[in-house]
Amino acid sequence: MASATAVEVAASIRAGTATARQVLEEHLGRIAVRDGELHAFNEVTGDAARVAADTVDARAGRGEDPGPLAGVPVALKDNLCTRGVPTTCSSKILAGWKPPYDATVVQRLAAAGAVVIGKTNLDEFAMGSSTENSAFGPTRNPHDPSRVPGGSSGGSAAAVAAGFAPLALGSDTGGSIRQPAALCGVVGVKPTYGLVSRYGLIAFASSLDQIGPFAASVEDAAVLLEVIAGHDPLDSTSLDRSGPDLASQLGRGVAGLKVGLVTELTGEGIEPEVAERTHQAAAALEAAGAVVREVSVPSLTYGLSAYYLIAPAEASSNLARYDGVRYGLRTTGAEDITQMYGATRAAGFGPEVKRRIMLGTYALSAGYYDAYYGKAQKVRTLIVRDFAAAYAEVDVLLSPTTPTVAFPLGAKTADPLSMYLNDVCTIPSNLAGHPAISVPFGTGAGGLPVGVQLMAPALGEATMFRAAAVVEAAARHLAPVEVR
Amino acid sequence: MSERLSPEVVAHVAQLARLDLTDDELALYTGQLAAVLEHAADVEALDLSDVPPTAHPLSLVNVLRADVARPCLDRDEVLAMAPSVEEHRFRVPRIMSEEA
Repeated sequence: MASATAVEVAASIRAGTATARQVLEEHLGRIAVRDGELHAFNEVTGDAARVAADTVDARAGRGEDPGPLAGVPVALKDNLCTRGVPTTCSSKILAGWKPPYDATVVQRLAAAGAVVIGKTNLDEFAMGSSTENSAFGPTRNPHDPSRVPGGSSGGSAAAVAAGFAPLALGSDTGGSIRQPAALCGVVGVKPTYGLVSRYGLIAFASSLDQIGPFAASVEDAAVLLEVIAGHDPLDSTSLDRSGPDLASQLGRGVAGLKVGLVTELTGEGIEPEVAERTHQAAAALEAAGAVVREVSVPSLTYGLSAYYLIAPAEASSNLARYDGVRYGLRTTGAEDITQMYGATRAAGFGPEVKRRIMLGTYALSAGYYDAYYGKAQKVRTLIVRDFAAAYAEVDVLLSPTTPTVAFPLGAKTADPLSMYLNDVCTIPSNLAGHPAISVPFGTGAGGLPVGVQLMAPALGEATMFRAAAVVEAAARHLAPVEVR
Repeated sequence: MSERLSPEVVAHVAQLARLDLTDDELALYTGQLAAVLEHAADVEALDLSDVPPTAHPLSLVNVLRADVARPCLDRDEVLAMAPSVEEHRFRVPRIMSEEA
């Protein structure tokens, strides 16, 4: 069943032709029917959502404007703090924890009239590419429940793909919004670092993490990003500028826009069907008036190695706070505090989180720091330089979002490195702090969704969204994705 | 590189990270971390002596705010989530050993 877009839902509620409560109940109904199978949600907050929806309807009834997302249900990745509502990061170490504050994005959603419908499943502490690393069990892909939805924001991607919510928020550290968006056939955006406040986003790798939208359309994603973007004094890395104007620019087209097809991300290691779709997207942009050429960004090939040293290093430091003292799990029976730390962390963290804490602690330890973490930071400089050279020639870059379509559950869990290779196309934008968007573009092997990625320099969102709108329009003429 | 990653080194790293590992986990992580570090050999092999490091995508300077009191988190709400509390404080197991 085709769902209304978020823009359509908000318009009908503002016009009084629908109520937020009706819209909410429709979505809760779909969740009741299918989330037992998919497990997109860790918790559905139906009661609180009904109160929020009724508040929106009361405001509309009084002739007030409830806001640009009036009555639109939004699913939140369960690493975004919600006051008084459990926020677990899909980890046993935070099971049952209720934050004493709301994330800034949660406050902005409420101010825009949105209705939070629940907290979505993720790879524990956002570490993973399949949502199989959740302590509460995996999420399944709505297009084929035997396959993963991608990760780490797999629950948010699946929720939008299954029609459980028109919009969702995720977080993207190395591709955790864009990769699951591609695998589930929805739009996913990683904004410029600093555009969206990280206050209340539970930290994984602080120099890479960024909150961003999931939506069924490019326009919906643009509207959601406008709502959550903008300066926040509670995040010292928040850019001191107002949010971008995106949705009103979408129709401007790409005539004369210079697009670079990234050589390093379209060859070896990319499934043929995925590469073919990427070339088709390039052709579509060209047909719409863009100037497309191949561009080489050589240092991107080192991005994966650099990322898997930098991100675990930052994670090992950020996750030191889970020590059984102030919140979360504490094991009993320890004779002193050192024993309590070691036993609590052993019992509370899952295998992938332990692996990354170990990797990061090693990369930062005496004797290895220069060889690994120091070297990785220098590679980050090379990537920033190579991107700058590319953006001197073109306005946006185009690549696949992921090397493959969605893979079966269990296919990559035994070999962490094979799982990490999922992120090869998405990692460079995080290392540079640049924006990137994944747009669904037809299907690949097995009739499963393919996503193509558009990247732009810092604060290049408006141009990036214009190109994304053109790609989205062209995708309507491709063979449709069948939802089983 | 993997020869550097003996089970003894991994055990030491686990101790630094305050992470109690079983013998099975120790063996598993020794192999898996070696595989990731071998992949990182491409980075390790680069000569980057003239390249400055990038720690952060933004050129950050200190961000200061006006020195004005403002509301903070509610103490009782915060302490309600703690594993153990005594007299409005976080209670922890013994910190000093008997002989210290």
